[in-house]
Amino acid sequence: MEISVRNEGSLCIVSVQEARIDAAVALAFKEAMRKSTDGGETDVVLDLRQVEFIDSSGLGAIVATMKFLAPNRSLILAGLTTAVEKVFKLTRMDSVFSVFSTLDQALAGQSD
Amino acid sequence: MTEPTTTQKAQGFTDKHLLKPFDVCVTSGKMAARQAVGEVFVELAELSLDAEEIATVELVLAEAINNIVEHAYPASDFQGQIHIGCSHQNNGLHFTILDHGCPMPEGQMPLGLAQDVDIDPLDLAEGGYGWFLIKDLAKDICYERLGAKNRLNLRIAVAIHQIRS
Repeated sequence: MEISVRNEGSLCIVSVQEARIDAAVALAFKEAMRKSTDGGETDVVLDLRQVEFIDSSGLGAIVATMKFLAPNRSLILAGLTTAVEKVFKLTRMDSVFSVFSTLDQALAGQSD
Repeated sequence: MTEPTTTQKAQGFTDKHLLKPFDVCVTSGKMAARQAVGEVFVELAELSLDAEEIATVELVLAEAINNIVEHAYPASDFQGQIHIGCSHQNNGLHFTILDHGCPMPEGQMPLGLAQDVDIDPLDLAEGGYGWFLIKDLAKDICYERLGAKNRLNLRIAVAIHQIRS
């Protein structure tokens, strides 16, 4: 699972470099998220700009990541494409996470 | 080519607006949904579905196939076949998904209720969203156990698109 990690200010930004978070990669995604954020203390912004498709396995892996970071660190979602946003809205997961349409907004901490 | 039905004539539809039925067959495994969806979209290409319709078809098929991979075929079964048939009709795309795996629990489809999200985030479920999505997005969903087969029928409403010539 291709992800890239960088720190900016007081945030850790994890950018997914693949077009799909689905059953084929959900476990690998979960593991990659765990490894890249383990031991840190900052909130994590998950940059989903490149992700065009997510299924319930991918959604579950994002929930697992959020639970791994809790209770002291938050998982913030940024750059949801239309199809990804639809899955979050249908399952009402958009009410569980802080969701920003762009990465810049997430970094500035602004809501939509 | 068959004669259009009275309803089709009345509504101005003819068979030339409809795709020929097609079938796709994949082997169970974690790549099964990707592979099946990829093959289905090759067949659907001439329909020019819009982005939202594509997203719906992709999500519903992926969830249905992932359920078969996870629950119908045991992890040790690398040969389980999943068969997807599609028939394009005036009220949308009718899919039939067949497998030879274990029946659904008590011979019934899961209810697919929405997961409760108004709870402590640490208690949020990491699974169980798949059937909810299928039931929310697809119509006329019907599961039957036929001998040693599972058959799931569902319909995805899509606009009538002129087939590209």
